[in-house]
Amino acid sequence: MTTGTFTERATTAVQDTQLRDALARATVHFVDGRLTAMGELPDPDGLRDRGRAIRREVLENLDEHLATLADAVEAAGGHVHWALDGDEACRIVGQIAEQHGVELAVKAKSMTSEEIELNHVLEAQGVSVVETDLGEWIIQLAGERPSHIIAPAVHKTIEDVIELFKTATGEEGLPAEIPALTAVARRALRQRFVEAGLGISGVNFAVAETGTVILVTNEGNGRFVTSLPPVHVAIMGLEKVAPTWDDLTVLLPLLTRSATGQRMSSYVTAVTGPRRAGDIDGPQEFHLVIMDNGRSDILDSKYRESLACIRCGACLNVCPVYGEVGGHTYASTYPGPIGSVITPLLEGAESASELPWASSLCGACLDACPVRIDLPRMLIELRDEQVARGMTPRSESWAFRWFGRLTRHRFLYSLAVRVGRLLQRPLTRDDRITSAPPPLSGWTQYRDFPALAGRSFSERWEEMEKPSHD
Amino acid sequence: MKVSLFVTCLVDLFFPEVGEATVKVLREHGVEVDFPRGQTCCGQPAFNSGYWDDARAAARHFLDVFEATDDYIVTPSGSCALMVKQEYPHLFENEPETKARAVAVAQRVHELSSFLIDVLGVEEVGARYEGRVTYHASCHLSRGLGVTEPPRRLLQAVDGVEYVEMEDAGRCCGFGGTFAVKMADVSNAMGEDKIANIRATEADTLVGCDAGCLMQITGAMRRSGRPIKAYHLAQILAGETES
Ligand code: SF4
Repeated sequence: MTTGTFTERATTAVQDTQLRDALARATVHFVDGRLTAMGELPDPDGLRDRGRAIRREVLENLDEHLATLADAVEAAGGHVHWALDGDEACRIVGQIAEQHGVELAVKAKSMTSEEIELNHVLEAQGVSVVETDLGEWIIQLAGERPSHIIAPAVHKTIEDVIELFKTATGEEGLPAEIPALTAVARRALRQRFVEAGLGISGVNFAVAETGTVILVTNEGNGRFVTSLPPVHVAIMGLEKVAPTWDDLTVLLPLLTRSATGQRMSSYVTAVTGPRRAGDIDGPQEFHLVIMDNGRSDILDSKYRESLACIRCGACLNVCPVYGEVGGHTYASTYPGPIGSVITPLLEGAESASELPWASSLCGACLDACPVRIDLPRMLIELRDEQVARGMTPRSESWAFRWFGRLTRHRFLYSLAVRVGRLLQRPLTRDDRITSAPPPLSGWTQYRDFPALAGRSFSERWEEMEKPSHD
Repeated sequence: MKVSLFVTCLVDLFFPEVGEATVKVLREHGVEVDFPRGQTCCGQPAFNSGYWDDARAAARHFLDVFEATDDYIVTPSGSCALMVKQEYPHLFENEPETKARAVAVAQRVHELSSFLIDVLGVEEVGARYEGRVTYHASCHLSRGLGVTEPPRRLLQAVDGVEYVEMEDAGRCCGFGGTFAVKMADVSNAMGEDKIANIRATEADTLVGCDAGCLMQITGAMRRSGRPIKAYHLAQILAGETES
């Protein structure tokens, strides 16, 4: 699934009509939901501006906010761990599991843990991990990775899900109805919550002033994960801070409305430290892992803005490229426009070198982003960087060097046009070219290309100029 | 009023009739049109592909050519207008003097439909076209420049036009310059979706404000053997449509 290049995977994906239909259905649903939910706000653009301002301020003063957060978590009786990279974060969680002799861990949805492949590490040390978010569970049963940051199993059909559930639970004759399938998952997962020695969650926002971790879910599994097992570990990327509850009242509706079109998700879980005296539930121990894993490098670069992301997935839903190829084609934890920007930044330009090119620069992502991250601009900046580092084909840089020269000299430009007319002659029929050599072959493979006009506008201008002076 | 026409390389070399139509429309609204002869390409292909040095070369040349006057600069392309208006200043972030020049020129640039509506205040277009017409709202014009109403208003004001809005008119057609060649499969799939939306309107004519998108859409429609008529808005407004 993740072999070959982006282009190769994309070629396969666009031929998968079932995938394209599933993506179209889901993304249209999300997009309509977002437009309605944002549209009913009295001042949606104002709220977006406030959200953007909050996120920018957070990034500007991140050290302070993180210090406040850590102090508050500890004051509430929690433990704070700092992880420089994914390995360290996995090691920390692994140690906590070991100390408590954990055999089974239940997990709520967490893209950060996907990023560091935590499940593999825990399983290697003998801890079984069960995903409890419905979509994540489906993906886990299928042995895949999420194809969308909000809807991990968006590429799966209901028939796929019935098959997976049958294998997992032995239940035959499941109806193709979502409530029934949800009930199956519920039955299978409930018992695991009780048995688990460790609950692992992600963090949608961490409110610094009180040291509170906020989880946004729709199935209530987040609540079980954070309250039933004796130990709860939450893992966050270091950018996920909301300084105050006031800030949260801006960011939370932006997230839920942009992600699923909900005014509020079914559950919003707020966890402040472990169980206190008198609490009827909650873990005995609470750990917060604050992970860098390449983020502070981004913070110090011209791509800082990308860390303002609140992982709503809106840019994926509106992206026409994502809509054609789906998340797996990106072969990265984070797909779509935001993934195309941050994956090369997190993993190194070489490992994801195609992603910045996987965009027509249509600007739909910028338009949809609740915190107005200028993703198209950053994609172009990443391209510029590749050019500067000599990562693009030599023929291409040669061509653009000539392009630069031609555009500067009208005489050369006109000459090139005349040469072009000669060259195109054997290829042209009825003013169009149906088959051309590379690089234009990519175009003519699917589309006719117009031939250069016999006389350009510039060549016609002299005659046209006259009438206005007569 | 005087206007310097920036015709764009695509129109100059591939669709000169769009340039002629643009001149005609502007003249019909009492504008004196000048065509600065030295103009070439705005540099967007190089810019979008990350070749910023080469894009800067094109941009400097553009500034030289269009600084000769301080007239409005009008162009029949949302995409090229966006390049000059938004990206030029950005390209020269580290060259304050050139940046100042770029900002000054950027303020003079107008895309044709928004120039007609917002600057000239055109209400009556005095054009006639018989057909069921749908409009593709190109990305850089509609989202980049925020010009969504002017082209539609102009089109609807044309006598004989039966206007029908397509589903997702602002969704990308998959052109994206070099993207169409580099990621041909994806680009074409996007084009297919666009064409499906166009066909669903049962329009006999497609109108757009960017030659690049029209190239993408009509190129694929022709290949399928089921083309419909396609024009740049300027051609409809100028009454320069061969049937
Ligand atoms: S970049 Fe913006 S739209 Fe995309 S996931 Fe992040 S916040 Fe949402």
